[in-house]
Amino acid sequence: MIHALSLSDLAVSRGERRLFSGLSLNLRAGEAVALTGANGAGKTSLLRTVAGLLRPDAGEIAFHDGDGNRLDDHLARGREVHFLGHQDGLKTGRTARRELGFQCDWLGHTQTGFDHAVEAFGLEPLLDLEVRRLSAGQRRRLAMGRLVGSPRALWLLDEPMAPLDARWRAVFADQMRRHLEADGLILAAVHDPLPIPARTLDLGGLA
Amino acid sequence: MSRPVDAEPRPPGLRGATRVLLERELDLAWSGGGGPLLACGFFACLTAVLPLAAGGDPRTLSPVAGGIAWLALALASLLSLERLFERDLEDGALDLLAIGHLPLESVVLIKALAQWIAVGLPLALTAPVAALALGLPVSLAPLAALSALIGGAGFALTGALGAALALGAKRGGLLIAVVVLPLFIPPVVFGAGALERAASGQSPAPALAFLTAYVLFAGVVAAFAGAAAVRNAQG
Repeated sequence: MIHALSLSDLAVSRGERRLFSGLSLNLRAGEAVALTGANGAGKTSLLRTVAGLLRPDAGEIAFHDGDGNRLDDHLARGREVHFLGHQDGLKTGRTARRELGFQCDWLGHTQTGFDHAVEAFGLEPLLDLEVRRLSAGQRRRLAMGRLVGSPRALWLLDEPMAPLDARWRAVFADQMRRHLEADGLILAAVHDPLPIPARTLDLGGLA
Repeated sequence: MSRPVDAEPRPPGLRGATRVLLERELDLAWSGGGGPLLACGFFACLTAVLPLAAGGDPRTLSPVAGGIAWLALALASLLSLERLFERDLEDGALDLLAIGHLPLESVVLIKALAQWIAVGLPLALTAPVAALALGLPVSLAPLAALSALIGGAGFALTGALGAALALGAKRGGLLIAVVVLPLFIPPVVFGAGALERAASGQSPAPALAFLTAYVLFAGVVAAFAGAAAVRNAQG
């Protein structure tokens, strides 16, 4: 299990534009870091880089286990990393039940993971609806289901709360708190402060 | 509060993940507006129009029946390729597929396998009917189906590669056709060749062997090149 994430001297660009360079960060089990910065500062790109979806220009991303041993990057990302971006990967033509089931199964599920997810985000009344019939907030809750349904240590979240109303923001805050208490790690790009104790990493304005 | 006791992650295992993804791909292929039926309809239309264009004389048609059927098969195989990766890229599902237990190479192969089952198999069942309608001898119908089935695997694999290469391009469907059709030449040559050899009383085995070799080669190339193309599109 991932116990620490360390970024050292990371530099990322999109196209010709250098978003940031020399970025270092250490994140340990039970900690959350809120990524802030202006639009276009590179919050999403940083999350995608940590998830292995973008290649950094320079620097290193390392995952360590509890004993300080470095984990294989592919293995760590394939087993221990959740990435919840603006696009949720849900297929509009399939039912919520099938989509949540697929996402939990694909990412590695537990016997009761699906039920936990349904219970945590109040998905029961939505399960038999096609995803296209869901509102933005309901869709986000469905996508969040996989965070609970398949336990993975590192949560990479991109504006996770944006479409949620006050009630479900509180529910999600509670889930994040539980995740940290169970030695999870959270790196979240946000505009509003995270509702849990978190350090802040500011990527600054538009470079 | 700590995690429930049973919350230790249980990886689905390689076979489990393969099955899960294959089921989803098949479901998407069949639910997305009947893609396979569309391909079969297109195939049938093409083979029905060609005799009208070339004249209905059986003496001119039947020698080229195998060739025409294979050309139509190749074109029909192009139809639903755009769906293969483009939609997953648009809605973010490709990001999800990239952080699963299976490497992207396997994801590409599983998607191609689903394409073969969902589109290649129905086309292989339609192929003998179309070929017979064009004047192929009845005795060659099983061979037409078999060769179309093997060739369909090649079409699915190279098609998946083309679909991955065209990711993110505007009007990707046309681009896929331009990228992939030249790569479809060998299976068309070997497949039509098998029918031609059988029609002239020779054994179709060498042509079928070449066709199978093409499929195996395409499998290796499509897995690695396709995964690289997907990574590039995500980055």
